[in-house]
Amino acid sequence: MATQLSLDAVCACSENVVARTIEGEVVLIPLIAGIGDEEDELYTLNETGQAIWQKLDGKKTLKEVAVSLAEVFDGPASELEADVLGFASELTKRGILVAK
Amino acid sequence: MTQKTYVVQRGRDQGLPWKGARPRLEQLDVELTERCNNDCIHCCINRPANDAVARAGEMTTEQIRDLLRQAADLGCLQVRFTGGEPLLRHDFQELYIYARRLGLKVLLFTNACLITPGLADLFQRMPPLIEIEVTVYGMHRESYEAVTRIPGSFAQFQRGLNLLLERNVPFVVKWVVLPQNKHEMVEFEVWAGTIPAMTRPPSYVMSLDLRNRRDDEEKNVCIQSLRLTPHESLAILTRDVAEYKQSMEAFASRFMGPSGDRLFSCGVGCSLCIDAYGRAQPCMGLRASEWTVNLNPDLKSVREEDSFSSVSVPGMRPECAGLEDALSQFSRLYDLCTTNPEYLRRCARCFLKGLCEQCPAKSWTEHGTIDTPVAYLCETAHVQARYIGWLGKNEYGWEVMNWQERISVQHSIR
Ligand code: SF4
Ligand code: SF4
Repeated sequence: MATQLSLDAVCACSENVVARTIEGEVVLIPLIAGIGDEEDELYTLNETGQAIWQKLDGKKTLKEVAVSLAEVFDGPASELEADVLGFASELTKRGILVAK
Repeated sequence: MTQKTYVVQRGRDQGLPWKGARPRLEQLDVELTERCNNDCIHCCINRPANDAVARAGEMTTEQIRDLLRQAADLGCLQVRFTGGEPLLRHDFQELYIYARRLGLKVLLFTNACLITPGLADLFQRMPPLIEIEVTVYGMHRESYEAVTRIPGSFAQFQRGLNLLLERNVPFVVKWVVLPQNKHEMVEFEVWAGTIPAMTRPPSYVMSLDLRNRRDDEEKNVCIQSLRLTPHESLAILTRDVAEYKQSMEAFASRFMGPSGDRLFSCGVGCSLCIDAYGRAQPCMGLRASEWTVNLNPDLKSVREEDSFSSVSVPGMRPECAGLEDALSQFSRLYDLCTTNPEYLRRCARCFLKGLCEQCPAKSWTEHGTIDTPVAYLCETAHVQARYIGWLGKNEYGWEVMNWQERISVQHSIR
């Protein structure tokens, strides 16, 4: 069973995925089978996802990522934390991010 | 900024993810070798598998890795490995893994004969992210080997496909229509329909190219003798008349119309093809030395040795610094116009352009110039256009002024 992520977790891109930035767009390209639902799927991120992705450095906790996002986005800290947690949970479930 | 989902899945039918500018390079084609394990009677490029001179001239592993890195830096998402038979290269696995680790999808064109259990395992574990394309030359040993001229190749081909099927590695098949196998087309289609990744009808190679390097007159005579006549092509295309007419209507409104004196109406300058020896070509078919640029410092430029076109491009240089430089040189081709009176009289004014496969590469392969109409392609297009009703019995595509009206649905389908 997948464990719940907490804001203390540190997440990084899985070594089974290649992350590229092409023309300002983050494109996530599975390296091994089983990341996507279909064999030929790539992933891109929406605007929020892209902003969060750029702050993930494999060192900051998710809480610290939310704090650094507050420099760019308005809104209550709780909302930013919910976004970061939601993002990390979605990508961890898909095998794109791993919790360290 | 709360949103419920942050990730967009991009299946292959959803197109590329660019919101704004497209990457400088969208696809890179690399011919890993011109050598092949088969010796197909119709082949436009192959050299023998053990051709030591060809092998010695091929790019090294490191040169190809460098090209792949450059392509990724230019935003390229897909590399096509083709040949000859790309699996003949001893470093194929290494190059494949390297490309995938750079975040490239790999489109592999192969005859499948050289697929090993190890390679099939690799494709299963690290999928190419796009279906492997396998060319089929016959449904039985007799027909297959009458084309490939290599005893035992049919069994190798079957073994290769089974290795992929056992591991659920997605592949699609395409068929080269030849006198040796055309009686097996229905059998091929039924079989193709059982292949899991064949969600669309198979594609057919129907107009055979002459030798791409204009290097073998005897073989060209053979290839010409194997070509379907325009009426044979039409008979294949119109097996399902309703489907054919419907697809042609959609095609005509999008792709047909006179192109004027401009020679390149394709995506020239957006993609690149690198031959086995390290020359960049604007496309797979255009190998004239004056239209290619050399990326391989070990390779002597051949530009000065021949010159056989009636047009030239200012600013094209025989050597180039890398893929980006090659792209910017080739992008000049887009504005290239011809002054060949025959081309201006016919192709420039002909609304069948698009339906007709005439292009600078086909012209070069047939005639050694990039702006000479190719009679075989011309006739094939006219036979189709007359069948659909776009042209009268004795009319030619370049004579028609009201072509928009002709290709409109009301006029063509009857
Ligand atoms: S398998 Fe392909 S490359 Fe090889 S000889 Fe046949 S057509 Fe040419
Ligand atoms: S149909 Fe003939 S005239 Fe028209 S574009 Fe093709 S080759 Fe040229």
